[in-house]
Amino acid sequence: MSGHQHGPPVVPSASTPALLPPNGLEQKMVSSWRLLATLFIAGAAAGILVVFVYRLTLPAIQKYAGAKIDGAVREVLRSPAKVDTLYFVGNKLVAKLPAGLDVRESTKMFVGRNDQGERTGVAVEAAEPGFQEELRLMVGFDPATRAVTGYHVLDQKETPGLGDKIEKDKAFGTQFAGKVAPIKGVKLATSDPGQVQTITGATISSRAVIRIINNAVAQWLPRVQAFEQEGGK
Amino acid sequence: MTAPIAIQKRDEPFVPGAPAPAPLWFDVWRGIAMENPVLVQMLGMCPTMAVTNTLANGVAMGVATLFVLVGSGLFVSLFRKYIANEVRITSYILIIATFVTLADLILAATFPEISKALGPFIPLIVANCLLLGRAEAFAAKVGPVRALADGLGMGLGFTLALSALSALRELLGNGSLFGIDVLGPKFEPWVFMVMPPGGFLALGILLLIKGWFMTRNAQRAREATA
Repeated sequence: MSGHQHGPPVVPSASTPALLPPNGLEQKMVSSWRLLATLFIAGAAAGILVVFVYRLTLPAIQKYAGAKIDGAVREVLRSPAKVDTLYFVGNKLVAKLPAGLDVRESTKMFVGRNDQGERTGVAVEAAEPGFQEELRLMVGFDPATRAVTGYHVLDQKETPGLGDKIEKDKAFGTQFAGKVAPIKGVKLATSDPGQVQTITGATISSRAVIRIINNAVAQWLPRVQAFEQEGGK
Repeated sequence: MTAPIAIQKRDEPFVPGAPAPAPLWFDVWRGIAMENPVLVQMLGMCPTMAVTNTLANGVAMGVATLFVLVGSGLFVSLFRKYIANEVRITSYILIIATFVTLADLILAATFPEISKALGPFIPLIVANCLLLGRAEAFAAKVGPVRALADGLGMGLGFTLALSALSALRELLGNGSLFGIDVLGPKFEPWVFMVMPPGGFLALGILLLIKGWFMTRNAQRAREATA
């Protein structure tokens, strides 16, 4: 079967010897414009397809992300009767987001309340480097006692099977409830309210969780206190 | 008449001078058994080692790769006459990258938990030599139906090998399958098996079993003809 069905075959002549490869087989030059056009068309088609599927899947992905935040807040605050959202704008907490700011881009603090409207705890997002990449947690604590109510892993790229136990190992996760920050990670925990037991094979990931919780409490406690002094609750 | 445009055509049969084209099921079966990507061709070793520490990860990785193999194989075959030889690798990678992006988005929208667990390894399918290997060695030389059959076979073979490997590693390394405890609380997990060295050991065991099986088959075939 011939490889060239379109157009007349190139007749080797004395004026075009450079076009002939050493083995004497006929070969034609492909114009650079054609190569460019091929790649341009392929790139444009691929781009259109990706954008189309991106727009198609975006609602599902966003819905999942929103549901994940809500679920995480309810989990770390132990199913409060009501959850209020405070916004951290201009170095202070405000109950209402000033006009012109995007809800999705603002830093939020979630306040859990019981049936009487009393605050049972607050939840904040916190992220710091884990073992490989950034580890993002929802951290819940009670500002009155500095006691941690729990944490929930929002995003992690820890080693599957080892580091990801900070998310999957319930025995590790549940021991944080009631512990008073700053927490210390030890290999064998005692009944000390400031100690938790790290996971074998995932010491760095365990310590990252502890560090994130401690830093989140240290960072947000003064903000909550300043908010209280101004009459907020 | 427009100026003659030379496009490298790859319509030649896969094996020049082969007596008759192999039946379609053979293209599928070859990828599963005789030319299994992991166990025989030893292609795609990075995802094989990286994500096979739990069965769910191994299966999801296999299915995602299957999707990309079938999609890219089909499109490389469909456009093989229009892709100039000089830019073929770029074009194949573009097609593969498009399907990987689609797989990543669809997985994130339908199975967010698995998508989260696999993290960066789904986008990294682009760099899996199995994809470019099949595009260049097979899909670019045959029609779309055979390319589809080959992608399906290679994808199934990859999925099966990854499933076997990850089942072995999760069972010994965590005492569970699909995250469900099967070996009971008395079993002491070999944490070694879910760590990288355990991956090499498990792959070695799998290759040993395959080698024994193939030697035995060859022996039987010899005895049958003797």
